[in-house]
Amino acid sequence: MAAGLSLVAGGGVVAPFDPAKILPAPERPTLSELFPSSARDGGATGFLLAHMARGKPMLWVQERMAMIEAGRIYPPGLGRSDLIHVDARDARAALWAMEEGLRCSALGAVIGEIWGDPKALDFTATRRLAVAAERNGVAAFLIRLGGHANLSGARMRWRVASAPSLGNALDPKAPGVAAWDAELFRARGFAPGRWIVSDEDPANCFPMVAAAVDRTLVEGERRVG
Amino acid sequence: MPRLSIERWLKASGGSDDADQTLRVALVVEAAHGQIVHAATRAAGVRRGTRLTDARAVDPGLAAVAADLAGDAALLARLARWASRWSPLVEVEGADGLRMDVTGVAHLFGGEAELMRDVEERLAAMGLTCRVALAATAGAAWGLARYGFSPQGGEGDSARLSVKGLPPVRRGGAPSPNPLPPGERESLSALLAPLPVAALRLPPGPTRTLELLGLKTIGQLAGVPRRSLARRFREADNPLDALDRMLGRKSEPLTGAPCEAPPRATIRLAEPVADPSAARQALDLLVPKLVAILAARRLGVRRLLLCGYRVDGEVAMAAAATALPSREAKHLRRLLVDRTDELDPGFGFDAFLLEASWCEPLGAAQDSLIEEPRGEREVAELVDRLSVRLGADKVRRPVARGSHWPERASGWVGVADSSSSSVAVAAPPRPQRLLDHPEAIGVIYATPEGLPRRFTWRRGVHDIKRVEGPERIAPEWWRERASARLRDYYRVEDNQGRRFWIYREGLIGDGRGGAPLWYLHGLFG
Repeated sequence: MAAGLSLVAGGGVVAPFDPAKILPAPERPTLSELFPSSARDGGATGFLLAHMARGKPMLWVQERMAMIEAGRIYPPGLGRSDLIHVDARDARAALWAMEEGLRCSALGAVIGEIWGDPKALDFTATRRLAVAAERNGVAAFLIRLGGHANLSGARMRWRVASAPSLGNALDPKAPGVAAWDAELFRARGFAPGRWIVSDEDPANCFPMVAAAVDRTLVEGERRVG
Repeated sequence: MPRLSIERWLKASGGSDDADQTLRVALVVEAAHGQIVHAATRAAGVRRGTRLTDARAVDPGLAAVAADLAGDAALLARLARWASRWSPLVEVEGADGLRMDVTGVAHLFGGEAELMRDVEERLAAMGLTCRVALAATAGAAWGLARYGFSPQGGEGDSARLSVKGLPPVRRGGAPSPNPLPPGERESLSALLAPLPVAALRLPPGPTRTLELLGLKTIGQLAGVPRRSLARRFREADNPLDALDRMLGRKSEPLTGAPCEAPPRATIRLAEPVADPSAARQALDLLVPKLVAILAARRLGVRRLLLCGYRVDGEVAMAAAATALPSREAKHLRRLLVDRTDELDPGFGFDAFLLEASWCEPLGAAQDSLIEEPRGEREVAELVDRLSVRLGADKVRRPVARGSHWPERASGWVGVADSSSSSVAVAAPPRPQRLLDHPEAIGVIYATPEGLPRRFTWRRGVHDIKRVEGPERIAPEWWRERASARLRDYYRVEDNQGRRFWIYREGLIGDGRGGAPLWYLHGLFG
């Protein structure tokens, strides 16, 4: 799916794994649905960003209610600025904007955030998005904040939650590299499964200090005053 | 339109058709010595300018209503816009008139007589009495329209008058030495001779003086030696100037300076169409026409306007803008096609206009001889479609600004906005999502400046397992008021691994408020 992900085994240890085979990935861009565990969990955003290919701009559509509940995207945190943000009044407008975006093959991805289970978001609407995404080769992601996994035309359906972050090599009391608990509960052509993944290999995080850190800093032993 | 005010009042009051003949109503305005009549129904039979007390003395049952001059002016301005269907140069003239420059326009409507008939009929269909006069000079047309029908300048029925066989009016610009051939000036002056001197468009003072001198008509005035008149009257009041303008000896430029008209395509319908799909069909016909004009002039559209001219004197408009100049028929059509449903046909459209009100140069189109980045144009077209439907302020791109203050470090600008982003400040980790308004949270922490242990946000308790901070961000004193407090930001992670960006505003004893408050500002992904 993406080159940046790595698999995390139990206890925050990164297992050696072929990056290309970590997570099931569809052969062609299609519609994926992401269900964050709750609106107060930003983990799905990070999980999604790890999937994004660079080079092409992306269209990020946020419904007003999703923006109030879970915040507006913040480009300095995203690490990229080649995006177009759409502030949609309601789910209908958001779905329309997503479909328009999917018709534009110059985009790298179209991301939509929708709050709850609006009436406009039925099987037909998701099916339309999936077909548009496949026809034009633009990946579509639907973030369903506070929504239920009802009938949908999405090809891949994920439940994503934040997992305790990996150890921070410099400061064991500080949050480290982000990790996510991702569950693929429905997909076409793939068996469901559950993975704990991390954005990048923590061994490469601070290559300059890695040796010193290994020698002196062991998690839980050092007392930071 | 001599009866504009009263006709507008009759229409607004919703009376029957013969209300004009039965109701005795006068519209009055305040003047120096009490109220005077501004306009009145035919049944009232009161002339404009009569004092209300005088009118009441004759007819005690006369009803007086305050005149709405601002409303009249608004109607006139709207009519002027509507009258652009005949000519691009229309000007509001006084409180009740319109002046059109129909140079080179009349043949489009089947000649001058047909044009005037069209003007009169369309205004009459709206219930407005009008007097149309067409003459070689603006002054002559003004005088003829107001005094050419009845010498007293009273109110009458609709009528039209034209001076045939005259060369067209000269546009403004360099005054030409002899705009009218002498022979035609003779015939014009003969026509104007019986008009009263009030038709000269002079201020009331000099008009009164002329009348006291016994010069009642223009013909009499023309007979007086020019030198004696020039001695008697000062610059602005000089009747000679007015006479010269009327007869075309002096040029009188229209105030609306003629500029190069924007590319436009029009379509006129044989009869009014009230079907809502008419606008869509008209658009299908107009877009290729406009694109052909644009291609010939090598222009690309930045803003597009579709006007539907309605029979009741309204203009329904739909506008669209593009991020990059474009003259692609398919794209332009798609931008406006959704807006056509919003055009209210009312009693029906009888003409449509598609105007490229803002254009930019666009070279000849090249259909990709070599591989070229088409992506930018495609994205621009997408942004246009989104902006038209959702509003231009809803579709934006991020721009980095040189500031450490989180709300200012990144801003949103319209996609068409070409302002380049300043250099982004290298910052420690920032959240992927930021709340528009930081939300107050309850935090248990070791005072005075210890790490937070637990916080309550939206009635949910989060036990903090890991924390990093503080990252102190001081307010920008050159922007904020003096009482702004600094922020100590912490990256925290709760026992489920959810990561937040919280801050404490202020310090204990910083003299800028009470105990510091905590806020949640962002969510890490």
